[in-house]
Amino acid sequence: MMKPDISIAGETATGPYDPAAAMALVIEGVSHSYGPRKALDNVSFTVAAGSFTALLGLNGAGKSTLFSIITRLFGIQAGQVRIFGNDIEHNPGEALRCMGVVFQPRTLDLDLSVTQNLLYHAALHGIRRREAQLRSDEALSRMGLADRPGSKVRDLSGGQMRRLEIARALLHRPRLLLLDEATVGLDVKARAEILGHVRGLVIEQGIGVLWASHLFDEIKPSDDLVILHQGRILAKGKVASIVAKAEARDLHSAFARLTETSSGLVP
Amino acid sequence: MSTEVARREPPGFALVQYLTCLYGIVWREGLRFIHQRERFISALVRPLVWLFIFAAGFRQVLGISIIPPYETYVLYEVYITPGLMAMIQLFNGMQSSLSMVYDREMGNMRTLLVSPLPRWYLLFCKLLAGTAVSILQVYAFLLIAWFWDIEAAPIGYLTVLPALALSGLMLGSLGMLISSGIKQLENFAGVMNFVIFPMFFASSALYPLWRVQEGSPMLYYVCLLNPFTHAVELIRFALYGKANWVSLAVVGGCTAAFMIGAMFAYDPSPGFSRRGAAGGET
Repeated sequence: MMKPDISIAGETATGPYDPAAAMALVIEGVSHSYGPRKALDNVSFTVAAGSFTALLGLNGAGKSTLFSIITRLFGIQAGQVRIFGNDIEHNPGEALRCMGVVFQPRTLDLDLSVTQNLLYHAALHGIRRREAQLRSDEALSRMGLADRPGSKVRDLSGGQMRRLEIARALLHRPRLLLLDEATVGLDVKARAEILGHVRGLVIEQGIGVLWASHLFDEIKPSDDLVILHQGRILAKGKVASIVAKAEARDLHSAFARLTETSSGLVP
Repeated sequence: MSTEVARREPPGFALVQYLTCLYGIVWREGLRFIHQRERFISALVRPLVWLFIFAAGFRQVLGISIIPPYETYVLYEVYITPGLMAMIQLFNGMQSSLSMVYDREMGNMRTLLVSPLPRWYLLFCKLLAGTAVSILQVYAFLLIAWFWDIEAAPIGYLTVLPALALSGLMLGSLGMLISSGIKQLENFAGVMNFVIFPMFFASSALYPLWRVQEGSPMLYYVCLLNPFTHAVELIRFALYGKANWVSLAVVGGCTAAFMIGAMFAYDPSPGFSRRGAAGGET
């Protein structure tokens, strides 16, 4: 049975409606099926520029499918995706140019060095070598990898690889950053560092962030939140509003109440 | 908001951005090739085994008459050298496709495909990069063959370059087209056996077509229809500073057809969706 959408009236996932706020990402009525199995069903939400929006869902909720659609790895079967007003189907070049992505599986070239991975990404965005080298040095400093430019990627730790992927995703200076389960498999310290870096990007550089996760402790009460379950959006809005609306004491309970199961959740 | 984030770039892409992207993809493919020494060595060992062992054994069995572009009787080693050059490109084209299937399954292909440049252009760059690597392998092979006293006219080493570029693109496009239909990495090995060996053996790479016609007229027509035969002949003539216009037309036409087919058929989703359907990430 379909769960009620408890989005707060007049409020999107990005907070109270503000016509002046530029929407970094608009997802409207997106559905996707793998044969007879529906992975996404009429998904709609927005991410405002300069905001941190968490996309919360269990494994299999449809988060990665949604990311693949937003990044045009999958064609759109139904609905619409716009990035800063650019439709991903009709204007993919401009849409992808505004966006940086960190996918759940590692996508670094293990045989290349840290800098070579960054330069390759820069070339794919048409950034010339000299400029790319400058941006690469700057990105490595920002992500705490300034001492590893020549290291082979396979020699890095899991946390360092993730930081490198974030540095790479930011190299072409996107205004929207998508991270799909970016902290999976990392220890508590590395997770906290990466989350801290990403939250810093929102505050310092005004980048809009969509952070997909199944970990409750990565979400703050002040965050915008979208809850995805079995391909459907169960709730969207501020965390506090969702908790209150679900008449729960915290997000964990609210999620459990909304999904009617708390088994398998990571506290 | 910082100024660097707020700054808008003009819409569209300049020519220099396209060229930078091409350079980056070729550079990365070259680096990967250098790092994978085993791949380089095995790419060379395969044709050298044919040249040093197979050809030496068959030299006395298979006499070669005077056929264009040769102006005199040639040793069997000399005859099969263009075929082995094409074989290097055939294997390389299929191996590039294999790596595309692997990259798609492992997720590395995503890095390429989320580039804002047009997808057809990215795939075209990937093909060019694969072709460039195959040409390097062919010249390394020719260098070793030269020490074995298998020499072409000096100008031939230059005139064969465009022929190698075209045949490399044709075989790479064919590989990409085939890989478009492959949903799983495991299926690729079977396809390789159904493509590489029939293409190689049903061609003029190892024996002249008049010999094939004597043995089996039907196989002769199969060889004539095989685009690999024309790639071999294009290379053979170019290596002696001559042009085989029929082969050029066939290879050019097949390159265009395979490339257009590959661009349309390429879909990055099969490898991803399979994992999703398996119950992991969706």
